[in-house]
Amino acid sequence: MNSPILRMENIVKTFPGVVANRGVNLEIRRGEIHALLGENGAGKTVLMSILYGLYVPDSGTIYLNGQPITIKSPKDAIAKRIGMVHQHFMLEPTLTVAENIILGQFPSWTILNKQRIGEVHEKIRSLSNQFGLGVDPAARVSRLSVGEQQRVEILKVLYHGADLLILDEPTAVLTPQEASRLLEFLRDLAKKGLTTIFITHKLDEVMQVSDRVTVLRDGQVIGTCETRETNPRALAKMMVGREVLMDLHRKLASPGEPVLAISNLRVRDARGLPVVKGVSFTVRAGEIVGVAGVSGNGQSELALAIAGLIDDVAFDRFQLEGKDVTRRDLRAASHRHSAHIPEDRQKMGMVLPFSVSENFILEEYSSPRFARHGFLRGQAIRSYSQNQVKKFDIKVSDVSEEIANLSGGNQQKVVVARELDRHPGFLLVNQPTRGIDIGATEFVHQQILAQRDGGTGILLISTDLEEIFALSDRILVIFEGEIIGELPSDRSQVEKVGLMMAGKRDPDRE
Amino acid sequence: MRAVTEISNNHEFSMRIRKVLQGTLMPFIAILIALAIGAVILIAANFNPLQAYQAMYLGAFADFSSFTEVLLDATPLICIGVGLAVAFRCGIWNIGGEGQFYAGAVTGTAIALYAPALPGWILLPLVLVGGAAGGALWAMLAGYLKTRFGANEVVTTVMLNYVAIIATSYLVSGPMIEPRGTYPQTAQIPDGARLPLIMPPTRLNLGFIIALLLAVGLYLLIFKSSTGYAIRAVGINPEAAHYAGIQVKKNILLAMAISGGAAGLGGAMQIAGVTYRLFQQISPGFGFTAIAVSLLVNNNPLGIILAGILFGGLSTGARLMQMNAGVPAVLVNVIQGLVILSVVAFGAYRILTMEREE
Ligand SMILES: Nc1ncnc2c1ncn2[C@@H]1O[C@H](COP(=O)(O)OP(=O)(O)OP(=O)(O)O)[C@@H](O)[C@H]1O
Ligand SMILES: [Mg+2]
Repeated sequence: MNSPILRMENIVKTFPGVVANRGVNLEIRRGEIHALLGENGAGKTVLMSILYGLYVPDSGTIYLNGQPITIKSPKDAIAKRIGMVHQHFMLEPTLTVAENIILGQFPSWTILNKQRIGEVHEKIRSLSNQFGLGVDPAARVSRLSVGEQQRVEILKVLYHGADLLILDEPTAVLTPQEASRLLEFLRDLAKKGLTTIFITHKLDEVMQVSDRVTVLRDGQVIGTCETRETNPRALAKMMVGREVLMDLHRKLASPGEPVLAISNLRVRDARGLPVVKGVSFTVRAGEIVGVAGVSGNGQSELALAIAGLIDDVAFDRFQLEGKDVTRRDLRAASHRHSAHIPEDRQKMGMVLPFSVSENFILEEYSSPRFARHGFLRGQAIRSYSQNQVKKFDIKVSDVSEEIANLSGGNQQKVVVARELDRHPGFLLVNQPTRGIDIGATEFVHQQILAQRDGGTGILLISTDLEEIFALSDRILVIFEGEIIGELPSDRSQVEKVGLMMAGKRDPDRE
Repeated sequence: MRAVTEISNNHEFSMRIRKVLQGTLMPFIAILIALAIGAVILIAANFNPLQAYQAMYLGAFADFSSFTEVLLDATPLICIGVGLAVAFRCGIWNIGGEGQFYAGAVTGTAIALYAPALPGWILLPLVLVGGAAGGALWAMLAGYLKTRFGANEVVTTVMLNYVAIIATSYLVSGPMIEPRGTYPQTAQIPDGARLPLIMPPTRLNLGFIIALLLAVGLYLLIFKSSTGYAIRAVGINPEAAHYAGIQVKKNILLAMAISGGAAGLGGAMQIAGVTYRLFQQISPGFGFTAIAVSLLVNNNPLGIILAGILFGGLSTGARLMQMNAGVPAVLVNVIQGLVILSVVAFGAYRILTMEREE
């Protein structure tokens, strides 16, 4: 019964200056959930992209159901019932959910009349209900949060039918509740015979859901093992090649003056509906305030509003480093007094065709460090970038390489490195370790704590409760655009925060 | 960092080759295809294509003096082309090079004719700067409509072309007409406003050198200056640029101003260096050919120097083809149009496939 559905043999894939896969052997059994683990840049995404027809391997063979096959394009892959949800979403933002899902499905001469669209909507709605994905087929993708977009991507694969489902870091953007719902759902799918390859950086998820796990390092398979015969510590060591600190040592905070004080902040979305409904809070120098919440509860808008990037915003008071800021100069003041790690790195955090070093100077390109007499100081920029690359252990052949060629986690490290280096009075951090491996997460967390200890006031928005509790000094819970409670950051509160995130305002009362 | 150090030379080499082929060879293949189609048309119209193309080639490159004519034709193409490159790099489809060229020609002529008698070393620079300012303002009009009201720049710049061309016709047949003249043209500009010849007896003048300097200057601006960095960032990912504190609208206006300024300078130099007066069809479509010139070399100002000379050669040669092989002007225009069309098509193809590779 456990005949392999898929075998990849000796897969080699090189890019100019980089060997991404150096002879990978991978066997996937029918109906199993197979976790793929590995550091940033280990070659996981490239390997799966080969399977999905996005790259052609330099050498190696793929066997599907025992037959050698070649997969030339994603269309090919879909025809062979292989589906993939990418690390970076590939949805067209101007289209609706339904339009995205059927993109390319019908021959171009098909007329999409009301009835046909209606059928599509109906099918999507029933799939969505069946799996509890809560996706509205008529919603425009640009209006969806990252978490919601994720669900659309999964739905898209299910809609087209698949025997083999590839998920590239699907839980990176989900809350623990959402994530465990997804994992349960994967279990269900496995029972129905679906095979899943599941890339993640979260070891507890591997333990919880997978049947077997393969660890990649430097483009090579370090080993495959039965999940029940291993443990997180062993996996971490396999991945990184050394022991990883699973717990951070955090000094007690000594908060100073407020660096950010907001009262009654209101934001409306493009349709004019309130998404942030009168939020008030203060962040002091030298403390980390965590905002916990299920994605889609107004965090994105809250972050954008603080960055001065949303037009439809109102507040009674907005103070940055003790100075009142008006609606008009919010953008400029925010840029002057604060640094931001954006939620969506590719959209907001970097310029994809630019090189790594060009991306390092995105904020400070005209500062005397990087420009003199209006000209960029090429040599200074280069050596600065090389230092940053070394300090953050960013995997890249040269800083002149296009950032688009970096693995997801390494792209994130570039953004984090850039923003932390601005040494702002106030730091807004939205999902800072999204897609970063455990070794690098440990490092980024240490860096954020070091900023705090250096006197920066930090607002940390994260859907990852682990992260919230690991870093925050106080926790605000956001639900449907309101802050419904403030709690001390104490592990004993985990359950309570979880309940509040689900909308229970007074979990103690029950 | 371990896997990274291992370089697979072979692969890299073949990738490089492919890039170079795509970058430079493809556009020239585009030109060859256009000329081949042109040959079919010539045959259909009972001309010997070999003879015609030979006349074209000799017209442009037979001897040094005909080559100076090529450079003369290349000058406005380079000026407008490098300007367009700045706009294109900023993500703005400025199709208005033609109108901006006219705006510069009109302003330059007006200064040359109506400024009080000034010594040449003041008058000439004034004419050139004035021409650049005229073109810049004309382009910024479209930039303003875009940043203020979100008006699509393709539409506005094309419409402003018509406005500029028609306004010029009106000016030279009315307000600015040569005193006691009958033709719709202005009087000749004074000697002090003319660009000095650099290789008499050929018509080649200082304008060509200025165009070269402009190209080098804008190359440095785009790729080496912090202003150019911001312009490129806005052109590629305005959202991230905005997020990083770069002023998107300001940069769009700036790019348009530079773009129009370069075209306007080209217009003023055409008056000050070649025609010495303004008349109705002062440009045979330089502004449109310049789009192809810039796209041909992926909006790189240094490449535009070569592409400008190439297209200058095409149009000079085409004139000679008309004179020496007796090919009617319409057919010559068709062939030139084919070349531009295929280059633009290849440029668009390249942009589209690049986006798909993301
Ligand atoms: N298109 C490309 N061009 C050049 N190099 C590439 C390209 N795609 C990936 N690489 C390189 O291949 C290596 C493996 O990348 P890959 O995206 O598979 O990593 P990953 O294991 O998915 O990492 P992460 O956990 O950060 O997502 C990286 O060093 C990356 O820089
Ligand atoms: Mg990846």
